Amino acid sequence: MAEPLLRVDGLTKRFGGVVASDDIMLDVSAGELHAIIGPNGAGKTTLIGQLQGEIAPNSGRIAFDGRDITALPVYDRSMLGLARSFQITSLFRDFTALDNVALAVQAHAGHSFRFWRNARAESELRDPARAALKRVGLEGRADVIVSSLSHGEQRQLEIAMALASRPRLLLLDEPMAGLGAEESARMVQTLRELKQELTILLIEHDMEAVFALADRITVLVYGRVIASGAPADIRANEEVRQAYLGEQEVVQAQGAGLGATHG
Amino acid sequence: MTTHLTARNAVVVAMIAFLMLVPVYAATTGNTFMMTLFTRIIILAIAAVSLNLIMGFGGMVSFGHAAYLGIGGYVVGILAKEGIDSGFVQWPLAIALSGLFALGVGALSLRTRGVYFIMITLAFAQVVYYVANGLDRYGGDDGLTIQRRSEFGGLINLSNRTFFYYLCLALLLATVYLVWRMVNSRFGMAIQGARSNERRMNAIGFPTFRYKLICFVIAGLICGLAGVLLANHTNFISPQLMHWTRSGDLIVMAVLGGMGSVFGPVIGAVALLVLEETLPHLIGLVTHVFTGKEIAAAKEYWQLILGPMLLLIVLFARGGIDGLIARSRNG
Repeated sequence: MAEPLLRVDGLTKRFGGVVASDDIMLDVSAGELHAIIGPNGAGKTTLIGQLQGEIAPNSGRIAFDGRDITALPVYDRSMLGLARSFQITSLFRDFTALDNVALAVQAHAGHSFRFWRNARAESELRDPARAALKRVGLEGRADVIVSSLSHGEQRQLEIAMALASRPRLLLLDEPMAGLGAEESARMVQTLRELKQELTILLIEHDMEAVFALADRITVLVYGRVIASGAPADIRANEEVRQAYLGEQEVVQAQGAGLGATHG
Repeated sequence: MTTHLTARNAVVVAMIAFLMLVPVYAATTGNTFMMTLFTRIIILAIAAVSLNLIMGFGGMVSFGHAAYLGIGGYVVGILAKEGIDSGFVQWPLAIALSGLFALGVGALSLRTRGVYFIMITLAFAQVVYYVANGLDRYGGDDGLTIQRRSEFGGLINLSNRTFFYYLCLALLLATVYLVWRMVNSRFGMAIQGARSNERRMNAIGFPTFRYKLICFVIAGLICGLAGVLLANHTNFISPQLMHWTRSGDLIVMAVLGGMGSVFGPVIGAVALLVLEETLPHLIGLVTHVFTGKEIAAAKEYWQLILGPMLLLIVLFARGGIDGLIARSRNG
């Protein structure tokens, strides 16, 4: 088997007495959509934060494409091809949608010590930005200020920005958080298209979406990996059912066979 | 956007035309005070525009910007005292030292945020202020009179008031144009992105610190030039040049005029300094109308009027005067 694109080895992070990541092992192969599920407080966002570089682990190792990136700052990881979308929408709110995406393009188009030419008139930045907006269906909203976009549109814009930084691995932190049924369906469609050409690590509470999209699933409970495998195996795993769904209402989701509602 | 621009442009053009005509008016009426006042306004406008580059566009609220006025001014004054009159030496050295100081201050202060950033920039400015106070050879806290303005090998004569005025105005317009180009360039987008959401900037691959630092240095260079002009204008330097209240004045100019636009601080500088001159007269006039005689003591309370005006601008007109103009068009 080829070297995985992302390899996480023994990753541990403590916040005071709480172990948010407990000796996590995780491989993400090139081309797959790997989902991480787990109840609230399982440490999913903490894990993404460490992969992206905002949070420094206490111990363990993260390798991206065979290279140790554990100590690399956030912006250098972005340059290598790690892109993250945020659970809580994190955009440039006083810029237009197009400006937001163009900034992501600019970040990967050489240094920005260019003081003279009007950046908003550079087709080298604007064209790829428009293309990324088009891929998430926001081409008609390019010139709208972000704070005037709907929540669903902002979630789509999050994805467009991650795309515009030409990622090799997309880290998506609950892209469907707070979306209505229609917006969720649109997001699932977007992710289905993206997974054709990108490696994606997806954190998501929407079980229907996870089982529809994922090639592999890792289950995280209290910072520990309790199971990892194909969706069918996870669905059949008794430990997962007990640990993850034990105290919660189990909903038989059609086509998925496992689903849970969350507050 | 474009409708805003036309209303704004009209004000910008009118303001520039007005500033260009000041010497004509002063010459025909013999009002030299107006020349002196507006030369000072233009020089401080350069400083305010440079402050707004880091504050309005970069989100770096520097409370020590007057330090660069002081450094620029003192380099001119000290060199003049030591017999080096050449502007070819004085000016580049003054600007370079201002930039170097900004590099040091920025490298340390940009690692902090919010109130801490404000306090650290203030602290550095206070250090320079007290150093200037201690320079006994150069007048200490009394200051130092500059005998001769900068010499440019006879090419230009800064002692000609009208010429000096137009030189300052040309440098102001050049500064505004330069900053305008800059904030709309890739560099400017990076700076504004860092102001808006620095965490996200890092996430999409920008090492924001180095862009902010360079921006901070550029603002220092420009303000150093303003200091050079101010020393040449008043023929005098003293620590008052960089008193912390002066840094406050520069912030007020940017807020009053509008931090969202490059030209806003110019409007703010004109508005603040003209109010500073006319409010005492206005108070005198009002007391005259109501009591039959002018109450001189009341004139000192002009800031009682200015304060609430600033409060209203901050509370109800976030974009300052520039913002009001932009909104009046489509409102």
